[in-house]
Amino acid sequence: MYIYADNAATTKMSRAAIEKMTPYLAECYGNPSALYSLGQRAKDALEESRETVARLIGAEPREIVFTSGGSESDNQAIRSAAEAGAKKGKRHIVSDAIEHHAVLHTLKRLEREGFEVTLVPVTPEGIVEPDVVRAAIREDTCLVTVMTANNEIGTIQPVKEIGKICRARGVLFHTDAVQAVGHIPLSVGELGVDLLSASAHKFHGPKGVGFLYAKRGTPLANLIEGGAQERGRRAGTENVAGIVAMAAALEEAVAGIERNAKRLIPLRDRLIAGLSKIPHGALNGDPVRRLPSNVNFCFEGIEGESLLLLLDDRGIAASSGSACTSGSLDPSHVLLAIGRPHGVAHGSLRLSLGEDATEEQIDYMIEATSDVVSYLRGFSPVWHDLADRKAEFVL
Amino acid sequence: MALYSEKVMDHFRNPRNVGVIEDADGVGEVGNAKCGDIMKIYLKIENGIVEDVKFETFGCASAVASSSMATELIKGKPVSEALKLTNQAVAEALDGLPAYKMHCSVLAEEAIKNALEDYYKKHPEAKRD
Ligand SMILES: Cc1ncc(COP(=O)(O)O)c(C=O)c1O
Ligand SMILES: [Zn+2]
Repeated sequence: MYIYADNAATTKMSRAAIEKMTPYLAECYGNPSALYSLGQRAKDALEESRETVARLIGAEPREIVFTSGGSESDNQAIRSAAEAGAKKGKRHIVSDAIEHHAVLHTLKRLEREGFEVTLVPVTPEGIVEPDVVRAAIREDTCLVTVMTANNEIGTIQPVKEIGKICRARGVLFHTDAVQAVGHIPLSVGELGVDLLSASAHKFHGPKGVGFLYAKRGTPLANLIEGGAQERGRRAGTENVAGIVAMAAALEEAVAGIERNAKRLIPLRDRLIAGLSKIPHGALNGDPVRRLPSNVNFCFEGIEGESLLLLLDDRGIAASSGSACTSGSLDPSHVLLAIGRPHGVAHGSLRLSLGEDATEEQIDYMIEATSDVVSYLRGFSPVWHDLADRKAEFVL
Repeated sequence: MALYSEKVMDHFRNPRNVGVIEDADGVGEVGNAKCGDIMKIYLKIENGIVEDVKFETFGCASAVASSSMATELIKGKPVSEALKLTNQAVAEALDGLPAYKMHCSVLAEEAIKNALEDYYKKHPEAKRD
């Protein structure tokens, strides 16, 4: 059995998207800025894709800027709002502790440039509370940025409520919706956001392409200077084939949201129930306000990388927030932010299901995980001390 | 290229000398849960020879493989030789480790040294050379 359970990291491209994109690599390869028909046909495809993407998130085509993916969209959204704020003397930004590094590192850089950043804490379930955001907003706040859904623990944030607060206070609101677009119903009007980031490879489109929604009238600063592509807001010859594929993938993903959720939520909950039987483990994140595909656990007394490699030997591709998988000394900032101690955060496992997951696969993953966790605990000095009551169990 | 050499994966999948020695002559523990790797080494020493060695490890694959290889390298060796074990020797015996995983081999060296220090502390009659 081979189970790809790392769909939060990236997804397999949809057949339809591959088929839609190949003509734009093989035959219709013209530069969309060119005047001859080969170029103009590419331009048409580009603008049709823009219309499709806009329609699927409830936006206007002119509000969509194509980018190289989620990271670029996050960078551009945040820098744009910061620059606009600075012009009015507003140099304070509100965000939260569990954002993606594309957001957090951009904020760090702005701090070095003289901005002040407030990262509000999250609840133990990993939810950003609207009241906490409200309390953090100041007279000089130029931007609030809170993700729609978390990439590690899958929590779905109360973006709509936060949007309302931002509108009432006249503060720009950005949401990193990379994990949400194509997976949960979403419309920019309803969310009340000014800026929204998305990435094609998270919804069965290609890697290296994404988009930024910027509500009409929202000032956008350029990250990449050059030609006048994307109405001067993002230079560089457009990734036409990638953009066409992204639109096709999003069309398919959005059409399947309800059907997939109906299928996935019971499977996700079956997996959660099965893994909950492993002693001294716990679900990370909220049991209900959660992406249909996301399961994330901590198991005491084991380390995540070892767990992943042994699961890989059994044909399961998963991920972990352990330090050893991130290449740094610290485990996931998200797990630390929801209150998991360092030692426990090292023993985390994220299984993110694909839409084609089956009950048989779920049961196989439960069994394999239980086996590997007990095997690793068998020679873990940490587990040994816990079992001998020389240390206290946390979970 | 794979993340780890075949040697590392072999020692990770089939670690040698796993376990505990209840009446160990020396025990060494290094690392902490914060950094993500903890190793515990148990030694049985007779007539200045490492007669038996066992380990327990909480950590990544290279931490498990480094512990396993380190125990293999000192098993049956005189204490004087075991004391000279270096992390480079452990890493080389594993056909190399990724640069950011070298700290795992360092931990293995330190765990062995700690266990040997513990042995000397518990056995003041044993002479060092
Ligand atoms: C929440 C979130 N934001 C941003 C990104 C970055 O997206 P990309 O890989 O397209 O740059 C990711 C993906 O890793 C993500 O999960
Ligand atoms: Zn390690």
